[in-house]
Amino acid sequence: MTNQGIGQSVRRKEDFRFITGQGHYTDDINRPGQLYAAFLRSPHAFAKIKKIDTAAAAKMPGVVAVYTGKDVAADKIGGLICGWTVKDKKGEPHKAPRHDIIAIDHVRHVGDQVAVVIADTLAHAHDAVEAIEVDYDVLKPVVDVVTALKPGAPQVHPDAPGNLCYDWEFGDKAATEAAFAKADHVTKIELLNNRLAPNPMEPRSAIAEYDAGTDTTTVYSTSQNPHVLRLILCAFVFGLPENKVRVIAPDVGGGFGSKIFNYAEETVCIWAARKLKKAVKWTSDRTEAFLTDAHGRDHVTHAELALSKDGKFLGLRVDTRANMGAYLSTFASAVPTYLYALLLAGQYTTPAVYAEVKAVFTNTTPVDAYRGAGRPEATYVVERIVEAAARELKMDPVELRKKNFVPPDAFPYQTPVACVYDSGQYAKAIDEACKMADYAGFPKRKADAAKKGKLRGIGFCAYIEACGIAPSAVVGSLGAGVGLWESAQIRFNATGTVFVYTGSHSHGQGHETTFAQVVSDKLGVPLESIEVVHGDTALVPMGMGTYGSRSLAVGGSAIVRAADKIIEKGKKIAAHLMEASVDDVVFEGGNFSVKGTDKQVPMAQVAFTAYVPHNYPADLEPGLEASAFYDPANFTFPAGTHVAEVEIDADTGVTTVVNWVAVDDFGKVINPMIVEGQVHGGIAQGVGQALLEGVVYDQESGQLLTASFLDYCMPRADNLPSYKVGMIETPCPHNPLGVKGCGEAGAIAAPAALMNAITDALGTEDITMPATPLKVWNVMQRHKLADAAE
Amino acid sequence: MYAFNYHRPTSLADAAKLLDGAEDGKFVAGGQTLLPTLKQRLAAPSDLVDVTGIADLNGIAVSGGSVTIGAATRHAAVAASAEVKKAIPALAHLAGGIGDPQVRNMGTMGGSLANNDPAADYPGAVLGLGATVHTNKRKIAADAFFTGMFETALEDGEIITKVEFPVPKRAGYVKFPNPASRYVMVGAFVAETAGGIRVAINGAGPCVFRHKEMEAALAKSFSPDALKGIKTAAGDMNNDIHASAEYRAHLVGVIARRAVQAALG
Repeated sequence: MTNQGIGQSVRRKEDFRFITGQGHYTDDINRPGQLYAAFLRSPHAFAKIKKIDTAAAAKMPGVVAVYTGKDVAADKIGGLICGWTVKDKKGEPHKAPRHDIIAIDHVRHVGDQVAVVIADTLAHAHDAVEAIEVDYDVLKPVVDVVTALKPGAPQVHPDAPGNLCYDWEFGDKAATEAAFAKADHVTKIELLNNRLAPNPMEPRSAIAEYDAGTDTTTVYSTSQNPHVLRLILCAFVFGLPENKVRVIAPDVGGGFGSKIFNYAEETVCIWAARKLKKAVKWTSDRTEAFLTDAHGRDHVTHAELALSKDGKFLGLRVDTRANMGAYLSTFASAVPTYLYALLLAGQYTTPAVYAEVKAVFTNTTPVDAYRGAGRPEATYVVERIVEAAARELKMDPVELRKKNFVPPDAFPYQTPVACVYDSGQYAKAIDEACKMADYAGFPKRKADAAKKGKLRGIGFCAYIEACGIAPSAVVGSLGAGVGLWESAQIRFNATGTVFVYTGSHSHGQGHETTFAQVVSDKLGVPLESIEVVHGDTALVPMGMGTYGSRSLAVGGSAIVRAADKIIEKGKKIAAHLMEASVDDVVFEGGNFSVKGTDKQVPMAQVAFTAYVPHNYPADLEPGLEASAFYDPANFTFPAGTHVAEVEIDADTGVTTVVNWVAVDDFGKVINPMIVEGQVHGGIAQGVGQALLEGVVYDQESGQLLTASFLDYCMPRADNLPSYKVGMIETPCPHNPLGVKGCGEAGAIAAPAALMNAITDALGTEDITMPATPLKVWNVMQRHKLADAAE
Repeated sequence: MYAFNYHRPTSLADAAKLLDGAEDGKFVAGGQTLLPTLKQRLAAPSDLVDVTGIADLNGIAVSGGSVTIGAATRHAAVAASAEVKKAIPALAHLAGGIGDPQVRNMGTMGGSLANNDPAADYPGAVLGLGATVHTNKRKIAADAFFTGMFETALEDGEIITKVEFPVPKRAGYVKFPNPASRYVMVGAFVAETAGGIRVAINGAGPCVFRHKEMEAALAKSFSPDALKGIKTAAGDMNNDIHASAEYRAHLVGVIARRAVQAALG
């Protein structure tokens, strides 16, 4: 144990380089002789490409090559893949139409790649892009799921009739019907889960470089999972041997899921670099990011909750239409299915749950995982309908929830939708949240606000999520194309310092600090002697990357396993040095000692001996390093309660978030400061979804109306209150650290809490996210709510 | 961005000459609108003539009953000026609320007025105070300056040199920002001046305009309540994803009342 170990709010090691401008992001990297790629993008949402004339562009100054989809096809390069096959109600695999890295005959969303120019400078590449002439036959597009499913709607792909990717179901339909048949009360709700643009601070970027001497391709990419990207590129897109491809994801400035996926641009760079035998670089600008980074959410849902007259939940049925966009992105199919419906039991003992999900193609940017990925959508359904039911039954929303919580003595708890919850204390969290939010004092605050012409509301969200995805065998049986373990390697140097190699990737989460704390704690090495290495397939043996709040629960567990192996070997060396039996050696506080004696050797001496093995066990290999893989036994289930309190200006419709309480149970916490930061950021994104953010397409033209920060409203500091963050700790029983994951919780909990507060203030459920001043004012007009101004 | 020639003259005469001699020249001051346009390749001027190096265009002078501000004066300078804060606090407040610190330290009053973006702040003050716009050729009254969306009375090659604001008895400016861009969605500059009550509404319509009905009501009683019941026609309002014409028309009433309250202090 050190004062830099588990449970300490150690300052982040990585921040020095970030806040002094010394980070190394992909766009900071330049390779000798590097060329620049610029894309011609479709100005139309849906069109047939009749002709592309690149002759003039090819003659422009500095232009090395101009390529179209036909050039890619001629080289027999595969399209982008979806790595998770969802089977529909009939057991048929989902429709995954071709996703060419440059469009060949049709463009299917504004921003689709039509051609690429490779030139000596970025300016020359941009100039030449403008000289490409394309003759389009413009087609009528469809951008929303409701229209796309109607007969006669424009057909996005010929091989996905009716624009249907899949019609999927989950849960026991008959049991759910039976539950509704005996219900005393049924609450119904219509919900829109608005489409979001991820907007990490650093836009996507890639450099591909080909070394003809070794036939090796090196790819620098803003990826959350370099090994997964290498696997997809090698095994599916290019058919290249993995030993000839190196993927480096250096410092990455935020991802929120959008950098999990394999994108067209990096793939084009690799193809062009290999063709031209030159390094090729591309960096997205912000407009391209809006047009091409995979979006999140975009669900239309009808849900019904069956209750007994005393408020027990009997059944939940959910009918969701999920917008996939124009193509099926890397993990898109899993998001509205296995990451969604499996969470529909929430924190409750609802005995029967049934969900139907139609995934739909439209002429919009592809949709995939975005912070929370499916779980925010599930939480939004469950927590909006529970709050609505409490209002209909005139019951206290907290009491109704507590009446239905899975009790603390019921774990492990099998839900009707496959999950086995491992641990939790849901009533404790909501009680603590109510105390911190002074729930008892709310009626007085509401009355005081009314005197100032303000409508005050309070809303709750008791969320649960499934993190640390997950046992490989389970996800495999559900259609995943990959295993979901993680790897770690701990390597001591002779002088006692340590390299830790992890297959997780940090793009803001602070792994370099948190993981070092784990190693410091387990091996008694000072934090400054530990270097966490990630993001390079040539350095890190293997990895599955970072998403779904899995890094610590899965990657951290692998590190603990590796540390255990280090200790095991260290004991043999220490036993030799102390002339004791291995069985009598214990390791504690960074020292190996012999039980019942004062003999001890520190870890550093053991490490030195391992590399300078002059006095060493005869049958033991030199060196002190260990690799470990960890495949989790179950998901982890972080849960908690958020409470939002708002005031709405009756004159303008402006909502002000005046109070926010979060009580989260992330299991064991390694670095409370980092965890709190993750909670803060997650809430900001959740408030963004509920109040400010929303991707808007023009229904007729399919143009993206929110293609810049002029129209896409990101949360700013003055949109947010000072949060009150509380923690309760129920250790995860099935991983060695007892941790559950914290990265997505805020974004999962916040939208429902905030919308419950707004609907409480307005006295109607009739409002969709984002609850902009315009929408709130419209609702107040529609429902003739008091307009203090007139 | 396309290539262009950049000039930074130190006199008005040189500036006019450089623009005259350019194939397709443009004046640039703080560049807060022009530079993003160039970066997006939406404009390709042959020459940019930067007027911020002309000493005559910079500075703030308060004398007698007026505040005169050079056209190339940055918003931040207006916001921070003790003299402006004393003479016309509403003007300093308006300048201090434009964009963000970066914008305020680059953007200029002349640039904002010449561009006449419907969502800009300064047109509200100029029209609301009945200011006079001085150019290298003439003086233009505020009521004649703003002619339409992104349109002004300025002729080709005409440079705004300064703006003369009469000091009002009292004035107030309140804006409702667009939630995303934080540009003005509805703004109201209300002033009691020697020439009478003036109410300028910016952001709401295609061009800043005076609200005559509100002016008449405030002339009778300078109070927020005097504006109650005054409707603004939605047909004259802008309409976009952030605010419908009806919502903007409603906000004109709310924001004007708040501006009157601000003027009353």
